[in-house]
Amino acid sequence: MNVTLKVWRQKNSKSKGHFETYKLNDLNPDMSFLEMLDVLNEQLIHEDKIPVEFDSDCREGICGQCGLTINGRPNGHHHHTTTCQMHMRHFEDGDTILVEPLRASAFTVIKDLKVDRSAMDRIMQAGGFVSVHTGSAPDANSLPIGKMDAEDAFDSAACIGCGTCIATCKNSSAALFTSAKITQLATLPQGEIEREKRVVAMVDAMDAEGFGSCTNTEACEMECPQEISVTNIARMNFEYNRALLLGKK
Amino acid sequence: MGTSVIFKNTLIRKIFMSLTGLFIAFFLIIHLLGNFQLLLPYEQAHLQYNWYSHLLSHNIIIEIIAYVLYATLIIHILDALLITLENRKSNGQGLKVDKRGVNSSWFSRNMGILGVIILLFLILHFKDYWYMYKFGNIPVDEKGNKDIFLIVHESFKQGWYVAIYIVAFIALGFHLAHGIWSAFRTLGVYNKWYIKLTKYIGITFAILMSLGFAIIPAIIYLKNL
Repeated sequence: MNVTLKVWRQKNSKSKGHFETYKLNDLNPDMSFLEMLDVLNEQLIHEDKIPVEFDSDCREGICGQCGLTINGRPNGHHHHTTTCQMHMRHFEDGDTILVEPLRASAFTVIKDLKVDRSAMDRIMQAGGFVSVHTGSAPDANSLPIGKMDAEDAFDSAACIGCGTCIATCKNSSAALFTSAKITQLATLPQGEIEREKRVVAMVDAMDAEGFGSCTNTEACEMECPQEISVTNIARMNFEYNRALLLGKK
Repeated sequence: MGTSVIFKNTLIRKIFMSLTGLFIAFFLIIHLLGNFQLLLPYEQAHLQYNWYSHLLSHNIIIEIIAYVLYATLIIHILDALLITLENRKSNGQGLKVDKRGVNSSWFSRNMGILGVIILLFLILHFKDYWYMYKFGNIPVDEKGNKDIFLIVHESFKQGWYVAIYIVAFIALGFHLAHGIWSAFRTLGVYNKWYIKLTKYIGITFAILMSLGFAIIPAIIYLKNL
């Protein structure tokens, strides 16, 4: 199949970017979107041009490292998928495909399609952990946790931190990402000790990074590759309001 | 907690939004029930509505609540403005081609536009009735009450005026359809069953309010054709 690509090219974080058009011919419809970009880069190298920078790691839809805005939607036109799980067969022969980085003011473009998502790491560092003595593994079932609580915590823990929720939100809110970790730890007894401190610290960190307010459009859940539920956001609000009312920090 | 934190915090901003919104929504119920008196038979509606308006405007408790309501409205509007501006800043330069709209409902994304329509309507509504009642030179009925009924009744004989009202109430309906359950979420309702309940309540409330407010001018207009 043949496609025309319009790819965002930007030299560094300070320069102004622009779209560049490339034509790719004889693509295998079964190649993934990232493999198609690999083909583009090989072509560019042969032409003695600078290849397009983009992030990728596992290419199995697990790690959350890849992430591009394809035709105006983060990770393309399929719900609940990562960019690497988009395949060329999901496009028509002769299509023009527009590729941009994930956008948010907290996501600085490093080069081309590669963005700096370390703001999410800093939110995690603010409270996305439990302080426990490490040592030998505790006995199984020494800490009883209900089946439903374990399931709920696991559903929240499934977040891979890819940033799709932020890029798909019209407010660039990091509410889904931040709330997933808060909910996971608030559901489990291990997280109880730092429960109030954690939610306040993580919300403060989220605000400090310049992410917007959640206005409950629920677009994030629709695009999330892990189908993280917006119920997590409700739980974060509950935890935050509770911490405010209890006055604990 | 300092005031700077309150205005910078993305969650606290939303708490103000939800509490003020719910208070205004509660007022809508009272306002609608009172307005249904306009649909009584003409003579009865005439005297009763004027008596009711007199009662509302001459009761100190209701007056205090009214000023609280005005303040609430202003906070709701200013907070919305602040949230919108801050969110725009967070969005940065945005996408060159943006097709993200397919992931959410139009009205959930455009609460601001709906809010502006409602605000423009409120300005008209206040100018024509509230201002007229308080400061205008209006006739009195046989019981000596200001004849606000006559003014309302006359204005709803005009098709274009009724149309403006109905458009505003449709906007109000969509604003409430997102606003009510969204307010509960901001306040932290996370139980799955309660989330369902608040969504049902929100949408039912939105339909009842927008339909309820819209049929009053519509019926008066149709009666006078």
